[in-house]
Parts: sequence; structure tokens; C-alpha cells
Amino acid sequence: MTKKTTRAKLTMGPLFFNWDEDKRRDFYARIADEAAIDCVYVGEVVCGKREKLMKDLFPQIVERLQRGGKDVVVSTLAMVTSERQRESIERRVQEGFTVEANDVACLHVVQNKPHVIGPFINVFNESARDFVIRGGAKRIVMPIELPGTAIATLAKTKKAETEVFVFGRQPLSVAMRCYHARAHGLRKDSCQIVCSQDPDGLATDTLDGKPLLTVSGSQTLSHDYGVLLNELDALKKMGVSHFRLSPQNVDMIDVAKIYRDALDGKLDPKEALAKLKKVTGTIPFANGFFHSKEGMAFVT
Amino acid sequence: MSVSYLELVCPAGTPAALRAAVEAGADTVYCGFRNGTNARNYPGLNFDQDELIEGVAYAHDHGCKVLVAINTFPRAGNEAPWHEAVDNAAEAKADAVILADLGVLDYATKRHPSLRRHLSVQASASNALSIKFFQEHFDVKRVVLPRVLSVEEIAALVKETKIETEVFAFGSVGPMSEGRCFLSSYITGMSPTTEGMCSPAQFVSYKEEGGCTKSCLGCVTLNTFKKGEPAAYPTPCKGRYLVNGKALYLFEEPVGLNAIDILADLKAAGVTALKIEGRQRSRAYVAEVVGTFRKALDKLAKGEGALKENDLKDMAEGGRETFGAYRKGWR
Repeated sequence: MTKKTTRAKLTMGPLFFNWDEDKRRDFYARIADEAAIDCVYVGEVVCGKREKLMKDLFPQIVERLQRGGKDVVVSTLAMVTSERQRESIERRVQEGFTVEANDVACLHVVQNKPHVIGPFINVFNESARDFVIRGGAKRIVMPIELPGTAIATLAKTKKAETEVFVFGRQPLSVAMRCYHARAHGLRKDSCQIVCSQDPDGLATDTLDGKPLLTVSGSQTLSHDYGVLLNELDALKKMGVSHFRLSPQNVDMIDVAKIYRDALDGKLDPKEALAKLKKVTGTIPFANGFFHSKEGMAFVT
Repeated sequence: MSVSYLELVCPAGTPAALRAAVEAGADTVYCGFRNGTNARNYPGLNFDQDELIEGVAYAHDHGCKVLVAINTFPRAGNEAPWHEAVDNAAEAKADAVILADLGVLDYATKRHPSLRRHLSVQASASNALSIKFFQEHFDVKRVVLPRVLSVEEIAALVKETKIETEVFAFGSVGPMSEGRCFLSSYITGMSPTTEGMCSPAQFVSYKEEGGCTKSCLGCVTLNTFKKGEPAAYPTPCKGRYLVNGKALYLFEEPVGLNAIDILADLKAAGVTALKIEGRQRSRAYVAEVVGTFRKALDKLAKGEGALKENDLKDMAEGGRETFGAYRKGWR
């Protein structure tokens, strides 16, 4: 995993929504065959129940992606709450997968083995970065909230690669409580998997009817798409090697093509933004965190 | 002071509040420095180094311990204030520091191995595995548990990790995994993680509209209240939202946490300490809440049973109380 001279890598982050089996299978098959993606993160981040439901599909997806020449990393839950979940992470490590740790709980299992630090573990500064590198981290995905100035400082290390979230609804919080169940008047224990009704998440608007957030199970995301296209050149210059797209309910093959072309200099940012708008429709873009502003801002 | 029942850990937002807490019967007080190194970085609060030295001396003279919260996440390129805060806490002879960031924990462990380390709620350690990781790497002696666990889960955690636990007894209900919530910074640009501020007051406004009061954070409406309804402070996790056409407190209602009626259960679960929140609240609040909990704990210690009633309702957020996650079914 040396980062010098290698071309910018495009990655597909883990799926935050509860798509049904067919939709997932089709999605990953298309990513395997058609997408300009180098590395795909699979595995459930939000809910242990979903992980259980998709247990049989998981090896099929992995096999398909590997056959398509993709690197596969297994993302863990952002909140590991049971022994069974811990065993599942251990099993993946034993099977030889690289794991993306999303909860400090997981660091136990991957300690001194090569792994990726996901965006749900707070690596906000050099000391924290160096600590996780000493524990075996080979790549660190920057927390969503970090401004560009911090990314520039953290990406300076030669000991690990740096990945930045550049497309998709931004994960803003994790919780134990399931808000999807709560919205339906249900409890988490007996949720009836209502989150599967919303492949795009559950719209959470202000009382004056303005879209603000999106809920997927216990996770809260932005309604707006986080979009760093104007910033790609700056990120590359900082030493960022991996650029993450987060699966949304739009044509992600098209999205990947736009980002690939933008990274390769075949599309200037303005053209790329215009093209992306055609794919994503009316959902606004946001890039405030990068520019040290409120996350929902969009700085042009 | 020997702690007979549960250690009562009380907020000291200012030197005056520290004395009020000590006088009202705190076993321990916690405070922070006057900068972004702690998660209550609000104007007019907190301690400078001289005040801390004096505060620790005063508390120790009265048999009370002092914990210093250095529980935000240092910014890349500017870690010095956090390291300095740890050095200063050690110099002031604080009894422990409350830390969240992996880098600050690493620094404190190496530089001040004998300074006791507690894990802040901001570290989001809600399971045995995470706690064990922090124990093994940083020899953390106590963990402040997130407000998302039931009493049964706390009991299981204590059994498995053998660590001291501190749980929230009075204050607010935090439905999100603390230290990993960026809702405030998504709307205002300022968050608990880096600036130590959630929903800062300078972004809050109330507007009268069509007979209703609208509460806003930045340019975002977080709630509306009819005439006579108390207008709660607008934080994103306690806002009211439109979901499937219905107005809902989707994350949490604007209620305050009060565990005074379940102290015996918490003790039986193996909890070591109770945390009273409110470094941003008045001296009168501190005196009233701490005094009431002191009374309740002393009664329990003597085997006299629980307090029959308490007058803390007016002190609670939104004037309403809940047991939060301590009772099953909250999720």
C-alpha cells in the first residue's frame, strides 16, 4: 500500500441503507462488471439484524466483486454490541479479509494486523493517527466532520494511506436506538425491519417542510449529498490516495464515471458538477465540512 | 472521605459552583479549563490554572476529589493545548483526568503514568470490547458510560470488565453515540467533538409566527410551540421533525434524565459513581440537585429506603423527567 506515484483510487463505501437482496445483488454485480471502482467496502455498518439477514448473500457478493478485479474490504458495525458480532469480525479476519474497523471494539480483533480505520473511529489529529498506525492501520478514512486543513495535516504521513468521503449522504451520527422503528411506533427488538421500505432512507424534514436529514435504522445522515468535486485536486495534492463514493439510490456507475474522469483530469470540476446534477436530480450538494463551515453549506 | 453508597460526582462549571457542590455534599467534582479542551466550552464558564489549583486545594481540604475533563478531540496541527491541559491537571494535583481522544490518552499514559485516567462519555465506549481496549492500552480506571444502556446491560458490563463505571444520574438524555455526533456541526459548524459546544447559543433564535413560537438553530427550524407550551432549547437530537407527514420527536423528546428513584438498582448493578450533569447551570441548581442526591444516597446508605419525593422536576430539562435508557424498551 505505498501511495507515491500510484493513481488516485476510487472506492465504493459500505451501504448504509437496507436494500433488499435482489437490489443488492444487482448493484454489486454492476459495480463488479461496469464501475470504474478500485476497491469496494462490503459489510454492514448500521444494524446487526441486517447483517444476519444478508449472511448468505455476503459470500456471493464478495466472490462477484473479486471476479470483477475489485479489492474487497469488510466494514464492521459502527457499534459492536454482542459477542456474536465480535465473532463475525474475527471470522472475517481469519478468512483473510482486510477489515475496516468502525468501532474501537473492533480494534481489539485487528490489532497488529493490517486494517483500515473507518470514518466512525475518531482520528482527528496526528497523535491519534500515529497511535492507530502503530496498531496496524494501513489506511485511515477521515471522519466526516474534518476540515480540509486537518486532512492536509493528517495525510502527510507516509505510513498509511488516506481516504476521504467525496460523494453521498453524509453519516452524521450513530445510535443504539432505532429511529426507523420509532417513526413507525415500534421498538428496536420488534422492528419488523421497517427500514427495508426506504431504499433511500427515511426523509426527516423540518416542521416548515424543508428536507434536512435522512434516517436509516439507528443512523442519521444528511439529506443533501456530500460532494467534493471542486476539491479533488486539492485533496490529491494533500496526499489523499483514496476517494470514497457512498452507495445511494441513483445510478452509481454514472457517478463513478464522473469522479474517475474528474480525478483523471478529463472533466473539469464545473463540468463534473453539472453532469453529477443530471444523475442525482433535485437533491442539493454540501461541502461545508471541508471548508470549515457548517456541514450543510455548499461553497462554490 | 469514604464513599459508603455510590460516589456522587458533581459539576463545577465555575469556582463558585465548585464550592457550592462541595458544601452540598459532593464526593467528587469535575471541571474543565477555559478553552476548547473540554466539552462545555461556553462563555463565562470553566477554570484557569490558578483557579484549578485553588479549587483542588479547597476540595481536598473538604475530603472531596476533583476530576478534570479534557474530553474533546484535538485539532490536527494544534494538539498543544490538550497536552498542556493534561500537564496542568497533573500539576494542580487533580485526582484524575477524563479523556476521550486516542492521542490525548496516549500522551497522558506516557507522560503522566501515575495520573489516574477516566474514559469520557465522548469516547463512546458502550460495550465490553471497547472498554477492554481502553483498559489494555491506556490503563483506564473508570469509564463514564453513554446514556444508551439499560441497568441490566450495565450490570453485565461491570461483571465482564471489572472496571469502575460512572453513569449519568441527572441531566439530559443523549440518544446519540456521544463523541460521534456531527448534527450540531452540520447545522452550525460547531460541535462537541472539536469545539466542545453543541448547538451554541449564538446560533439559537426564537421567532413568533402565526401565534406560535419557532425555535431555530442557524437557519434550521427545530421546533414550534403553541402559546403556553414551554419552548425547549433547540438541539438537533431533541427537535421535532416531519416524518411520513407526522410531526415527531424522532430522536428524543425534550425531557431531562432523573435516576433518583432507581439508585438502588444502579448500586446493585455494580455502578461505582453517579454523575450529575450541568457545568453550564447555576450555583443554585448545583446546590439543589447535589443536596437532594446527597440526601437520597445517605438514606439508602443507612438502609432507610428511597427518598419519598423530590423537587427536582423544575430543574429538569423541559420540566419533565425520564429514566431514559435505564429501563428496557427505550430503544
